Amino acid sequence: MLKVIQNRLEQGYRTTKYPKESISLYSRYRGLPIVHQDCDKELARQCAEACPQQAIDAEKMVIDLGRCTFCGQCEIQSQGKFVTFTNNFELGTADREALLTSGSLPDLAEHSKQHFKSLFGRSLQLRQISAGGCNSCEADTNVLGTPFFDLQRFGIDFVASPRHADGIHVTGPISNNMKAAVLSTYEAVPAPKVVIASGCCPISGGPFWGSKDIVGDLNSLIPVDLYIPGCPPHPMTTLHALLKFFK
Amino acid sequence: MDNLLPIQNGQAVSRADIPDLDFTVFQESVLDATRHSGFVVQFFAYEDEQSTLKLIAVIRSGLKIYVAGCSLADEYPSFTPECEKFHMFEREIAEQFGVRPKRHPWLKMVRYHANYRGKEDVFGNDYSQDIPGNYPYFIVEGDAIHEVAVGPVHAGIIEPGHFRFQCAGEKVFSLEIQLGYQHRGAEKLLEQAGQSLHRLPVIAESIAGDTAIGHSLCHSQAIEALAGLEVNEGAKIVRTNALELERIANHIGDLGALSGDVAFNPPFNYFGRIRGEFLNLMLTMAGNRFGKGLVRPGGIAFPVLEEQRKIISDKIADETPGIVNVCDLLFSAHTVLSRFEHTGTVSRANAEKLGLVGYAGRASGLPYDARITYPTEAYDLVEANKNERTVGDVHSRATVRREEITHSLSSISELLAKEIDAESIPVPAVYALAPDSFVVTINEAWRGEVSHCLLTDKDGSILRYKVKDPSFHNWIGLAMSLRNQGISDFPLCNKSFNLSYCGFDL
Repeated sequence: MLKVIQNRLEQGYRTTKYPKESISLYSRYRGLPIVHQDCDKELARQCAEACPQQAIDAEKMVIDLGRCTFCGQCEIQSQGKFVTFTNNFELGTADREALLTSGSLPDLAEHSKQHFKSLFGRSLQLRQISAGGCNSCEADTNVLGTPFFDLQRFGIDFVASPRHADGIHVTGPISNNMKAAVLSTYEAVPAPKVVIASGCCPISGGPFWGSKDIVGDLNSLIPVDLYIPGCPPHPMTTLHALLKFFK
Repeated sequence: MDNLLPIQNGQAVSRADIPDLDFTVFQESVLDATRHSGFVVQFFAYEDEQSTLKLIAVIRSGLKIYVAGCSLADEYPSFTPECEKFHMFEREIAEQFGVRPKRHPWLKMVRYHANYRGKEDVFGNDYSQDIPGNYPYFIVEGDAIHEVAVGPVHAGIIEPGHFRFQCAGEKVFSLEIQLGYQHRGAEKLLEQAGQSLHRLPVIAESIAGDTAIGHSLCHSQAIEALAGLEVNEGAKIVRTNALELERIANHIGDLGALSGDVAFNPPFNYFGRIRGEFLNLMLTMAGNRFGKGLVRPGGIAFPVLEEQRKIISDKIADETPGIVNVCDLLFSAHTVLSRFEHTGTVSRANAEKLGLVGYAGRASGLPYDARITYPTEAYDLVEANKNERTVGDVHSRATVRREEITHSLSSISELLAKEIDAESIPVPAVYALAPDSFVVTINEAWRGEVSHCLLTDKDGSILRYKVKDPSFHNWIGLAMSLRNQGISDFPLCNKSFNLSYCGFDL
């Protein structure tokens, strides 16, 4: 018992005051990219060609955050002339098209489905489905339950049964072998229900794009309401998206 | 061993130098090498340029690694009845290439996909049907027997898999684990990506996201060997530290989860928070909490200099006393010990027969640690770790984690003290792979032995890319640990192994 108390005193109170106070991540974190529109087209094309995810459109000068793994190779290659990754972790969108960006995203709070706010604003219970995920999205969703983030203080939680849930949170490129389980879990959630695609995998196939063993696009199976890009999304990205979209 | 070619970890050899044995000689030699002291690192099939099916075995024995090959017919006498270490590898070959190992004691699918050669399916499956298809599972019969089926979707934020328990009351007689739900075709994708080599590291990092560094190291070392790339000392130290940070973060997370599984909440919460600090240290180097983007063939993608070194060493100094104290809290609580001790025991004999690796192997008394046996990167500078409790129960697996956390913390501090700046590699990197070559890489990632094996054709394109995650060896260990256990101890046993679904399923 004494050790319990001693450790409690040593560990202290660690929960972030976000969103009342802002959080800044270490400068090396790669968040929202800014595509420099005045960049030489040839350099943009070279970056597009070298992009492992084919996420860059050099003609329209945009990056598809639904494909991007934020590896940062284009920034290094162009020495920041074509693109710079900012520290901004606020990346969630309500539309797939909005993820094709040159550096600004629509305000998520305004573009969310307003009836979700009245339905789920005070209590949101989600069923997580890992559908071919590599366990980094899953792990960085799990940490939202740790004392630093403490997701439950916002009335948001991950639950054990789809019957208890208001929606599903899907990670992974939807392997063919998980397609049936995704669909039955979705069906088991009572309507009205919300669908969240987390990480580049359920948006575009992520690193596994082009594989014949995956579906690669959750929206082709069921309608997606909220997109959270990243590989994986930083926990702050997920937290921001959930709060803006539902609160 | 006379018929096998001795090779070095991460050094390319010409494919022509790999002994191409007669099947019978191959089988005898490989079984001789593995029946007692040797272990299987890789055992896989591939189609060569003439579409002839070939078999390759990579065996480790003591400090040595050996390779040999042979041609493979559509049926062959199974290795498994003689040596259990081959059981999963043979099932994988049967699934990937439609080859039947005769007299395999438990021949069933591994991941549920059609074979690569368009041959008749060994398991009689129609893959237009959804998983699980046609597969037998072990059934215990009797009036008092009941069966519990769990998954693929589990109750937490966790990957999918199917578990089937045969129980009498609370006691589990048999647990059978069926995976495959996470199969994304990673190996095929690594082979098809062929011309665009720059895609490969991104795929390798996502084979198992919690082992992003382990797999990307294996990948990068293989490409470095085939392309003749040199990695500077600074980058080697950074890559070593990244692998150790990955180990610390995962071990701390698992100790927390073990604590949660025995309903002891303080360490569950403290370790959950502390784990995040180490993921943030990874972000300090890589810009990503799992280290994705850091390791690339030839070195590292981002420089690690005085500023980053200072953040890491300050944070380690800051967190170490807390880690020591929370560990003490966890490991001295009687209520915790009564659940950890003598639960989920895997004997040394069973661990050795099945070829368990990593902390699961070490906790059962198999001291193998690839960092010491086949050192890569800067591991020749790191001292060996020693494990005190190795009786194979949950407590041993937890204690090994605790010891490894302490060891990794001091290893990182020692390497940081060398104060070597590590510059990044130029982007885009341009390199070509040596033609007609073979390389195998081995690294001790946090779960154990990760290995990648590449074969190139006469043009230097990738002919076969074989990936092995330590989970491929260890899932059977979890099934063994449940024998005659209470079914309520399953979460605890499961977390003490904490195996990868996606790393297994590829």
